[in-house]
Amino acid sequence: MPTDFSLVDLVEGPVFLTGLSCLVWWAAKALHRRIPFALLHPVLTSIAVLIAVLVLAEIDYDTYRDGTAIIDLLLGVSVVALGLPLYRRIAVLRRNMAGVATGVVFGGLVGIVSAVVPFLLMGADAASAVSAAPSSVTTPIAVVASEMSGGIPALTAAVVVITGIMGAVVGPIVLRLIGVTNPVAFGLALGTAAHGIGTARALQEGELQGASASVGLCLNGLFTAMIMPLVLALLL
Amino acid sequence: MVRAFGILFGFQAIGALVAGLTGLPVPGNVLGMVLLVAALLAGAVRVEWIESAADVLVDNLAFLFVPAGVGIMSYFDLIAREWLPISISIVGSLILVLVVTGKGCEIAARLSAGRDAD
Repeated sequence: MPTDFSLVDLVEGPVFLTGLSCLVWWAAKALHRRIPFALLHPVLTSIAVLIAVLVLAEIDYDTYRDGTAIIDLLLGVSVVALGLPLYRRIAVLRRNMAGVATGVVFGGLVGIVSAVVPFLLMGADAASAVSAAPSSVTTPIAVVASEMSGGIPALTAAVVVITGIMGAVVGPIVLRLIGVTNPVAFGLALGTAAHGIGTARALQEGELQGASASVGLCLNGLFTAMIMPLVLALLL
Repeated sequence: MVRAFGILFGFQAIGALVAGLTGLPVPGNVLGMVLLVAALLAGAVRVEWIESAADVLVDNLAFLFVPAGVGIMSYFDLIAREWLPISISIVGSLILVLVVTGKGCEIAARLSAGRDAD
């Protein structure tokens, strides 16, 4: 063994931490494929397993974040990449302009306001309110939008993931309960309220539902990122 | 794939530049997405140039936000303190967005179809 080798440096470095994150994700996905239970969503299980490993190995979050910086870099550029599914679905958007615009504008506004109000009423911390404000928006956009407005990115990521999983489970039930039958409206609502996880669920209903959900995900991300600073300034 | 990543990072950089210069309170990568869609619509960028990287990123989006989610480990005390407003916010907001978006879209679609038929 060379004298300059340090196990701690290896374990706290990007090679180990990035590799660990990939393998935990892969295992979590395999588990979810075998037991397709909503609470075993790979995002939840891999976050839980990684936190357990970090706590046991006494690695703090800053070290982990530095070690997985490349994943963060890819997360940032994935927002730009979301332009491609939006472009591919542009025909769905054009054909349903009035419905899509109405759904996303009102849904996006209601989403921010209703996420913030419980914190105001219960006298909680403003940073928590800001962190929860973009709960329906796709994580990469939500995290940046939260950070820009003084929120806690990690709390936002957790809230967004939970919203997505719950949306995929209860979303179709709620929409059927209130009698939404139009497939574009059905998909758009799932994508607008529950981002990527809702979009995956919408695809199970049909191609048009999935495409509409994808449009909702992209447009609500865009819309919320643009209006959130203004809405928060009015509310807080 | 390398060209595709180059173009995507290029749009992210331009988005960050525009956001920085104009002082718009919009994330640079969100502006980058808008500019990319505009460039695709204008034919300045072709789908084949970007799809190899864009599809990989979008298909694995859920994995990419795992490290951000792990950050929750630093906020367990905050969650223990504010679990109630956090839970109400998540559930309330989710249901309201579903109802408003679904019904809003359906009603607007019906109204605009009715107008077109007139």
